[in-house]
Amino acid sequence: MSARGAAVGGGIARGARRARLRRAHRVELALVVLVLGIAALSLSLGAYAIPPADVLRTLLGDGTGREEFVVLELRLPRLTLGVLVGAALGMSGEIFQSVLRNPLASPDIIGVTVGASVAAVLALLVLGLGGVAVSAAAFGGALIVAAAIYLLAWRDGVSGARFVLIGVAVAFMAHAVLGYLLTRADIRDAQTALVWMVGSLSGAGWDEIVVVAVSLAVLVPAALVLCVPLRALELGDDTARGLGVRAQGARLGLIAVAVALAAVGTAAAGPVAFVAFVAGPIARRLVGSGPALVPAALVGMAVVTGADLLALHLLPGGIQVPVGIVTGLIGAPYLLWLLATTGRGEAR
Amino acid sequence: MATIDTAAHAPAAAARRRPVHLLWGLAASGAALAVVVFLGLALGARSIPLDVVIDALVEPRAGDNDHLVVRELRLPRTVIGVAVGAALGLCGAILQGTTRNPIADPGLLGLNAGASLAVVGAITWLGIASPAGVVWFAFAGTAAAAVVVYGISALGGAGGEPMRLALVGAAVAAAATSLTTVVLLTDLETLERYRFWVVGSLAGRELDTLVALSPFLIAGVLISIGIGRALDAIALGDDLATGLGQRLDRARWSSAAAVILLCGTATAIAGPIAFVGLAAPHLARRITGPEHRWILAYSAVFGAIMLVAADVVGRIAGGPGEIEAGLVVAMFGGPVMIWVVRSARPGRR
Amino acid sequence: MSAGRPAGRHELAARALRLGFDGVSVVHDLDLVVPGARTTVIVGANACGKSTLLRGLARILRPERGAVTLDGREIRTLPTREVARIVGLLPQQPLAPEDISVADLVGRGRHPHRAWARRWSDEDERVVADALAATGTLELAARRVDTLSGGQRQRAWIAMALAQDPDILLLDEPTSFLDVAHQIDVLDLLCALNRGRGTTVVMVLHDLNLAARYADHLVVMAEGRIVASGPPAEVISVEIVREAYGLECRIIEDPVCGSPMVVPVGRFHTDRPAASSGSGGGGVGGLLLPGPAAREGGEHQ
Repeated sequence: MSARGAAVGGGIARGARRARLRRAHRVELALVVLVLGIAALSLSLGAYAIPPADVLRTLLGDGTGREEFVVLELRLPRLTLGVLVGAALGMSGEIFQSVLRNPLASPDIIGVTVGASVAAVLALLVLGLGGVAVSAAAFGGALIVAAAIYLLAWRDGVSGARFVLIGVAVAFMAHAVLGYLLTRADIRDAQTALVWMVGSLSGAGWDEIVVVAVSLAVLVPAALVLCVPLRALELGDDTARGLGVRAQGARLGLIAVAVALAAVGTAAAGPVAFVAFVAGPIARRLVGSGPALVPAALVGMAVVTGADLLALHLLPGGIQVPVGIVTGLIGAPYLLWLLATTGRGEAR
Repeated sequence: MATIDTAAHAPAAAARRRPVHLLWGLAASGAALAVVVFLGLALGARSIPLDVVIDALVEPRAGDNDHLVVRELRLPRTVIGVAVGAALGLCGAILQGTTRNPIADPGLLGLNAGASLAVVGAITWLGIASPAGVVWFAFAGTAAAAVVVYGISALGGAGGEPMRLALVGAAVAAAATSLTTVVLLTDLETLERYRFWVVGSLAGRELDTLVALSPFLIAGVLISIGIGRALDAIALGDDLATGLGQRLDRARWSSAAAVILLCGTATAIAGPIAFVGLAAPHLARRITGPEHRWILAYSAVFGAIMLVAADVVGRIAGGPGEIEAGLVVAMFGGPVMIWVVRSARPGRR
Repeated sequence: MSAGRPAGRHELAARALRLGFDGVSVVHDLDLVVPGARTTVIVGANACGKSTLLRGLARILRPERGAVTLDGREIRTLPTREVARIVGLLPQQPLAPEDISVADLVGRGRHPHRAWARRWSDEDERVVADALAATGTLELAARRVDTLSGGQRQRAWIAMALAQDPDILLLDEPTSFLDVAHQIDVLDLLCALNRGRGTTVVMVLHDLNLAARYADHLVVMAEGRIVASGPPAEVISVEIVREAYGLECRIIEDPVCGSPMVVPVGRFHTDRPAASSGSGGGGVGGLLLPGPAAREGGEHQ
């Protein structure tokens, strides 16, 4: 191989790779700016409006007592939790959809977050629990259901198709349990349960945030390390094996991390509707191709925080709705618009 | 000539799945459905002996309480169960066939969410409450959602390309569900009614509703009968289907029409019953193999069996009240579905 | 054998055909008449538009300009089912439904011959049996398609296309993923069909030498246009190969059948001086110079 030819070829490959990365970086930068803009608005808007400059001053520890209370105790926890939950759910959804090679296979649809809902609603309605106990139940529910799906789908290994089908069947069963609990409950309790099932950021406290943040500090790097073989897995198991990726191991590890991410996000804020489902497809369309974990996490953040901003200030008369209602309302139409405007063949 | 022909035919003909077997299988399934229907008439809060059930059907006596229960209460809901279950089974088979996605069903593709939104709107703003009152709204909601899903997925110039259709359906479901939830959280009274409608049930449904909707149901069934070969062609991929002379746009639009008619009718009568549309075609395929005319026929019968059986179980198991068929079918059908998926021969690479 | 109609009766042609995706043209204003009852092979470098042309001829792509005609009539205006009884297509990667048997798969080829109410007839059965016999898949008839080897699977797909009983058969790289013995096997099968039944065969092939051997009519494409067409012996030349592939080569006679055979030069195996065709003189200096293909790729960036 001539040195010059290798250099030229390497240059082209590097160029193509750079172009892809450049686009990804541009998208990521734009999303970060978007999230920061939403954050600035979230911290300054409200019944007690604070100009952004004053918000910044307060964040730097130089605000009035009242400003400090409003920004640091009321608005910042909510925003922070939104960012963390959005990242967790967005990344989880993208991992599921990539590993299982089916864009419908988000944790919303294959039963993981529904499992969390069943456990949480049981805790709320049957055991009469509240607060942290419900979150713990949701976390446990998600893990148990995910483990059950994985074990049921195991037969000399786990094929993506079988995992998805069994996950959907489990999701249907979980939905039936939810329906049973909701129809048998007192109507007010049912509404409380419904609010939890929609997902809400109200009542976010720093204790909770610390737990979520620490979990993400472990899970996100783990996901980024494990996702290196994801590109190979997308080409199919045989090809992946040919490229030296142990398909079973890689898939189990990634799914475990994705389940943990979904469980953490769901425990903290409820199964914020459709964030996990839409973040992946939106991120892929923006970046252009294949596994887009970081963009998906950023999309998740933008959807959750943006939806919460709208949820707080959208309706006249100060009526506030849970964030999970608005995530579906902004995420779904945006995805539809992307689907309607992208050409044939990209819809895979 | 004749001898050569028979010699050449024999192995080929033997290798084709003999329709005779499938016909017998279908007859056996029909017999099973008949048994379930009789159980549906006999069992409930109070069991009625089989001979009394037959009497009630053949020569009813006016004052007999048992005859009244069979004819006025159990017969309507059982007949409705057969019709709705069959419609959902057909609908699921068509959706899975056109999208080539094994998890496609009316719920995932946004049709139930559309029906729910329309029903919630009718309850909240028009004050309509009875199951019979929301029928047309449920139907219209299903149809509107289907039109939106097919319309948007055709916008990209790809005319309902399978994966796009599935994604659009799920996104439409997301948007419609969000809107529904907004209303439910602000209006306690609507939630009170909606939560019983949304689980899907055969209780208190009237035969008149089924009669009123039967033209749609029949039209849907007729389209389904004609669509089998088109689905067989689509299963080979879009290019080959076109090469075989199948018009994809026509196949997709007629499948959309069938889905609207069947799912719309079923949802209008019984509420958004989950799971039957997903599971019935999977059970059917295990027996029939890949030919869609058989898949469709078996799916209809299996759907009917599943729903009527679920209704019976819900009546017996519910203790003082009863458990809605829509819940029972998923609780008991789920394990069956998991077994079917697990026992399938290891798929292609 | 089948139906006893005159072979090669139908004429497939492209007139000023332009094909593309999303506004980007891939095939530009191309004219082509497919000779009846002969084997036509389309060759060209990767991305030269040969598969796109085949998909256009099969009416899967809507022309941006110009038309594909069947017997002089525009193919898109004809009932698609009628076309399917005349023109069959085997795409590069068709989908086999899960659990389908070979016999059932081949049976699906009867699709255009069956009105929806018509039952499976003796005629259908006979054609399917013929197709299985002709492709040597009769003993595989009961097997599931997903248990077959690559070569067997390709035979099954060809049998399906035969069951369609087409006068013109279009195939997109029917030999991809097959080893050389199975490639010959499949091409011999297609040759037998062409000679035995008079079926017009049009296929895209990657291997120039196999194309030259099996084609009656060779079409060489480059960048969406036809650069040469005709009998392989007249078409294949050093200049044409250079133009279509950017490859330096020598042409010899196929010792088996006398068709032209392309022997690539490459950069490491010096052309014998006697036959040097002016490709940089060989020697050490030539070795370090990238060949035309690499040079073109390098400038592409």
